Amino acid sequence: MSSLINRAFQNAKSENRPALLTYTVAGDNTKKKSLEILKSISNYADICELGFPHNTPIADGGQIQTSAYRAIKNGIKINDVFSIAKDFKSKKKDKPIILMGYYNMIFQYNENKFLEKCKKSKVDGLIVVDLPYPENKNFAAKCKKKGINFIQLVSPTTSKIRLKKIIKDSHDMIYYISMLSTTGGKLKVSPKKILERYRKIKNQNKSKNVVIGFGITEKTIKSLKKADGLVVGSAICKEISNSINKRQNAVTNVTNIVKRLKNKII
Amino acid sequence: MKLKKGIPLIDQHDQHGFWGGKFGGSFIPETLKKPVEDLTNEFKKLRKDKKFLKKRDFYFKNYIGTPTSFVKLDNLTNHLGGAQIWAKVVSEANGGAHKIYNATVHALICKAMGKKYIVGDTGAGYAGKMLSMAAKKFGLKCKIFMGAKDIKRQKPNCDAMRKNGAEIVPVYSGSQTLVDAVSECMRYWVSNCDNTHMCVGSTVGPNIFVKICGWSTAQISRELKVQLKSEFKKIPNKIKLINCVGGGSSAYGFWSEFIDYDKKQIELIGVEAGGPQKSKLHAAPLSRNAKIGILHGAASYLCQNSEGQINDTESISAGLDYPGVSPMHCFLKDTKRARYTYATDEEALNAHQMVTKFENLNPSLEPSHAFAEAIKIAPKLSKDTIIIVNSCGDAKKDRDILRERLGKK
Repeated sequence: MSSLINRAFQNAKSENRPALLTYTVAGDNTKKKSLEILKSISNYADICELGFPHNTPIADGGQIQTSAYRAIKNGIKINDVFSIAKDFKSKKKDKPIILMGYYNMIFQYNENKFLEKCKKSKVDGLIVVDLPYPENKNFAAKCKKKGINFIQLVSPTTSKIRLKKIIKDSHDMIYYISMLSTTGGKLKVSPKKILERYRKIKNQNKSKNVVIGFGITEKTIKSLKKADGLVVGSAICKEISNSINKRQNAVTNVTNIVKRLKNKII
Repeated sequence: MKLKKGIPLIDQHDQHGFWGGKFGGSFIPETLKKPVEDLTNEFKKLRKDKKFLKKRDFYFKNYIGTPTSFVKLDNLTNHLGGAQIWAKVVSEANGGAHKIYNATVHALICKAMGKKYIVGDTGAGYAGKMLSMAAKKFGLKCKIFMGAKDIKRQKPNCDAMRKNGAEIVPVYSGSQTLVDAVSECMRYWVSNCDNTHMCVGSTVGPNIFVKICGWSTAQISRELKVQLKSEFKKIPNKIKLINCVGGGSSAYGFWSEFIDYDKKQIELIGVEAGGPQKSKLHAAPLSRNAKIGILHGAASYLCQNSEGQINDTESISAGLDYPGVSPMHCFLKDTKRARYTYATDEEALNAHQMVTKFENLNPSLEPSHAFAEAIKIAPKLSKDTIIIVNSCGDAKKDRDILRERLGKK
């Protein structure tokens, strides 16, 4: 049977649009609130990425750092992240959820235990920012065995030969980093150029779902709608920060953003 | 886990970059894979390139001012009784600390790779100051990332960086110290790796940075070996090489030529930052038995909690105030070739006071940790034991802290 992730892409394709992927940090700003946000935005998002926050995130920009620090400060633990995921899946069993974070957290938890817990919580996929190919081969294989998608990242600096190998080793989804940047950077490459590179990846194996992330906001999302999927993270985290600062309802505000994002790519 | 003889420690890692199968590696975001690979290839080529080596030696001699002196601290020895205490005065190097070796080499590599921008992290400000000097010397544009807390406590070095034309980027995230500076510097490199070279200020970070830094500071022990032979006619039978360890770049440089010797002849002692006596916080992952974890692209013993979040550290010495440590030191610990201990803030301050009282030497707070250990063990040792402390930094940068803590002018 095709994975939930695959089906989410197929579904979007049948509606002639890219899949919308959201990223929020588990526990931002509380465990309860982040679950509410997740449930609410999943009415519009096709796939939900849930970050397990780390306090030394070397590839994240200011917005996601702020969300991560806030969640950690509010006491979020890795087991809470699993319980959020589990809770979410019990209500939305067909909505794929992808956990995303840094390797040290998995390493401390123990790889096997971590994957066991992912499986029990019905996590569909994993993105590990600082575990690149080929160092991730073992872990990716373990994921596959457990029926969890290990999502490979590729970037504008990924060489041709490397790209081939990564795609060959990838599961259902590949994450293309749009530009040289941390998350939440301003889109400094033209959408045309990004899509050109995107097509080069896509053409290697059309059966893989390739998503584009980094620098995607309400302003830029439309210009990239030819991709299989688009990831929005920092823009959402920023809205959570804004809502907290203005003492407004983060669930409503974030849901509205995701709704607007979706409308731009229909 | 075993050390190999006849091979520099920087080359004793496996194909994935791990020492002893588990320390080091390159845990980096995909975007950095290519620039790290490029740098790895370039360094592999350059270290065998006679012209490059000649250039390095030229600048080491004429710009850094090697060799730095090797002196006996007679007064301190007499005062303590017991072992002879010597110092390798690396702080004589241009700029006042060992960081100049790594900075110079990185600037030369940056030039060789045709990049015009160089960025680096700094804690005590020495790595930043030296990188700004080297950048100026070789005509490179330079940005230094530094924790906001460190900018306040190491002002003299910040002034020097600005004078050299470098831009200091204050880092306000996390604990606002070295760990955050390194993170922010890496983030900057992720975003600008197409035209910018990154220098990691110590033997930490992804594998290649550990190697380049160790290769650079190894100059210290090459000099010391020659100096020992000329002073004692041969390498003496009982030597203790004591060095402070933060990231571990000066300690590796101080020891590299002597790792192959039997530890009964040459004992290697690393002294970490124990933090304030009354605080639970410290920056001593090796001597206080931290678990292995991954920070800034490498696996090492690491001050962290059970979840894998990096712990805050605390030390009077900004240069040692780092939760991780070089994978090479983890390897030296596990193979039992080196012994690691720590000195508290108070012990380091006392040592600084004692050394400056008896000797015409002004060690910064980092090597003062090493002196604290020397002072502790010297009285118990025989007179034919040679303790050598790497006095790897000058205390000028600590002016404000020393004034506050010791009332020094």
